Amino acid sequence: MKQVKAKIVSNEQVAPRYYKMRLADRYLADNLKPGQFIEVRCSDGSDPLLRRPFGPHRIFSAKGVFEMLYEVVGRATTALSNKKAGEELDIIGPLGNGFTMAKHAIIVGGGIGIAPLLALAEKMGGGKKSALQVVIGARTKEAILCEKDFKRLGAKVIVMTDDGSYGKKGFTTDALKTLLQTPNSQLLTIYACGPRQMMQAVAELSKEYHVKCQLLLEEYMACGVGVCLGCPVKVRKDLVDHEYKMVCKDGPVFDAERIVW
Amino acid sequence: MKPDTSVKIGRLKLKNPVMVASGTFGEEYRELADIRSLGAVVAKTITLKARSGNRPPRLVETPSGMLNSIGLENKGLDFFVKETLPALTRFKAPVIASISGDSEDEFAALARALQKRKGLSALELNLSCPNVKHGSSEGLIAQDAEATGKIVSEVRRATQLPLIAKLSPNVTDITRIAVAAQDAGADAITLINTLFGMSVDIETRRPRLGNVHGGLSGPAIKPVALKIVWDAHKKVKIPIIGAGGIMGHKDAIEFILCGASAVQVGTANFVDPRSAVGAIEGIKEYLVKNKIKSVSQLVGRLET
Ligand SMILES: Cc1cc2nc3c(=O)[nH]c(=O)nc-3n(C[C@H](O)[C@H](O)[C@H](O)COP(=O)(O)OP(=O)(O)OC[C@H]3O[C@@H](n4cnc5c(N)ncnc54)[C@H](O)[C@@H]3O)c2cc1C
Ligand SMILES: Cc1cc2nc3c(=O)[nH]c(=O)nc-3n(C[C@H](O)[C@H](O)[C@H](O)COP(=O)(O)O)c2cc1C
Ligand code: FES
Repeated sequence: MKQVKAKIVSNEQVAPRYYKMRLADRYLADNLKPGQFIEVRCSDGSDPLLRRPFGPHRIFSAKGVFEMLYEVVGRATTALSNKKAGEELDIIGPLGNGFTMAKHAIIVGGGIGIAPLLALAEKMGGGKKSALQVVIGARTKEAILCEKDFKRLGAKVIVMTDDGSYGKKGFTTDALKTLLQTPNSQLLTIYACGPRQMMQAVAELSKEYHVKCQLLLEEYMACGVGVCLGCPVKVRKDLVDHEYKMVCKDGPVFDAERIVW
Repeated sequence: MKPDTSVKIGRLKLKNPVMVASGTFGEEYRELADIRSLGAVVAKTITLKARSGNRPPRLVETPSGMLNSIGLENKGLDFFVKETLPALTRFKAPVIASISGDSEDEFAALARALQKRKGLSALELNLSCPNVKHGSSEGLIAQDAEATGKIVSEVRRATQLPLIAKLSPNVTDITRIAVAAQDAGADAITLINTLFGMSVDIETRRPRLGNVHGGLSGPAIKPVALKIVWDAHKKVKIPIIGAGGIMGHKDAIEFILCGASAVQVGTANFVDPRSAVGAIEGIKEYLVKNKIKSVSQLVGRLET
C-alpha cells in the first residue's frame, strides 16, 4: 500500500455516462490484483472531500499502466470525467483482497459492475480461454460494457438487458440459472459484481446449485484501509452469530455463502 | 532558529501539538503516514465489552464534510490491551486511550484496567454517549454538566493517568460543561466531537444513514468548533485540545490562536493520511517565518 501520484495517460468517454481512464504508475501496475481497489482523490479541494474507491479495469504490468472504467453518477465521478491527460491523480493502493483464481469460471457483471471483472478475465486468460463464460447485464443497450473485450479473450458472452434493447431481455440471473443447469456445473466458480439485488440473487443461485461464488461488494468508504469502520457488511461468524466485516479491509471480495443479506 | 513545538497537556509533555483524533486513525496507516512524528495518537474509543456498531450505511459525504454513524463499534477492552495498544505503541508516539461506557462504573473499570498499561500516556473520556442514568435516550452525558462532573471525578479517583474530557458541541452553553469537567479533576478538555446531523435521499425518501442521524465532521464544522474553543478558553484554566475540520497547519494555527494548546486531526486523515504530519511541518515554518520561539506563545493570542 502506497500513496502515489499517477499520471493520467488518457481519459475518454466510451459511452454516454461511462469513461475509461488510463493511468501510469509503475508501483500500482506491478502490484494491483484483480478484485482489489484504489482510493482516488477526485478533487484538490473539499468538495468532494473524501476519496472514492475504484477497481482496476485492466492492468498492464509490463507497460506500467492500468485502466479504470467508471460511470459518472455524482460529484466525484463528474470531477474525474473533467480531468485531462497529463494531469496527476493522488491515489492510495492497492487496497483490499483480490479474487481467488479458479479454473472454471462464470463471470457475472451488472451495469458498471462488469468493469473490475475484465481485469480478472484477462488474468485468467492463458490456455483455457474457451472455458470462460460471461454474463453481462444492464438496464439498456447503452450501458452494456466490455462485450468485445471478453469476446477477444475467447469467452462465451451472454448479454442481457432489462428492456430487451440489446441481447436477450431479462436479468443476468436468468442467464446464470441456465448456465448452472448444465451437467458438472458444481465445478464452476461464479465471480460477480453489480447492484445489490443482483448480487443477492446470484448468491442464492450459487447456494441452490452448490457452486462456489465470489462477490465483489461495494459500500460507501472513507478511509479504505479499515480505520474508520464505515463500510460494514454483515457476515456469518459461526452457525448462530453474525458479525460485521469491513468491505475495504476484509473484502471487497467475499465468499457469497458468508454474506447475511 | 529551531522553533520549540513542544506543548504540555497537564503532566503530559508532547513533542508537538498535533495529534490524530479518535476513530480516524490506526496502525493501518503505518505505510502511509509517519506515525513516529505525531504529537500523540488517540485510539478509537473502546468500551468494556465489544460492540457491533450501527447498521449500514454508516457514512455519507455532505458539502465539505461527512456524516458518520459508526455506533462505537469496537472489540472491547481485552482486545485493545492485547492487540491494539502494542501495535500502536511500537511507533514511539504517545498513545492516548479513548474510553466510553454506559455508567460511571464502566468508565471507572476501564480506567482502572488501563492504569498501568505500558506505553499508555493518557486517557480521553468520550462523553458523547447516551446519558443512561437520566433516562432520556437522546441525551448525552456531555450535555449534562452534573453527569459530566460525576464521571470525570469517578475516573479521577480510579487513575493517575492524565485525564482528558472530550466534549460534545451539541449543547447550549459549552462553558458550563467545560467548567464541570475542570472542577471534577480533568487535566484537559478536547473540543469538539461531531455535530448532530442528517442527510436525506429525496428519491427514496429515506435517510442516507442506516441509523437515520449521525455526527458531522470535516471542514464544514470548523467555524463552529473555533467559536466553541474560544468560548471555553475564556472560562477554563486547563488546556484545551481543539478539533473539528482541521485539514492542515493553517486550520491548526486558527485553533491555537483561539485558545487551543494542542489540536487533533480527524476526517483529514481519510482525505490525506499525511495531513497531521504536514500540519506539524507547516506550524514549524509559520513559527520560523514569524520569528516566534515556541508554539505555546501562540495559545489564545487572538487579537480582538
Ligand atoms: C471496491 C469498489 C470498487 C469500485 N469500482 C468501481 C469502478 O470500477 N467503476 C465505477 O464506476 N465505480 C466503482 N465503484 C463505485 C464508485 O466508488 C462510486 O460510484 C463513486 O464513489 C461515486 O462517487 P460520486 O461522488 O460520483 O457519487 P456520489 O455523489 O457519492 O453518489 C452518487 C450515487 O451513487 C451511489 N453510490 C456512491 N457510492 C456508492 C458506493 N460505494 N456503493 C453504492 N452506491 C454508491 C449513491 O447512492 C448515489 O446515488 C467502486 C466501489 C467500490 C467500493
Ligand atoms: C468516522 C469517524 C469516527 C469517529 N469515532 C470517534 C470515536 O470513536 N471516539 C471519539 O471520541 N470521536 C470519534 N470521532 C470524532 C473525531 O474524533 C473528531 O472529534 C471529529 O470528527 C471532529 O474532527 P474532524 O472534523 O477533524 O474530523 C469520529 C469521527 C469520524 C469521522
Ligand atoms: S472505509 Fe474505513 S473501514 Fe472501510
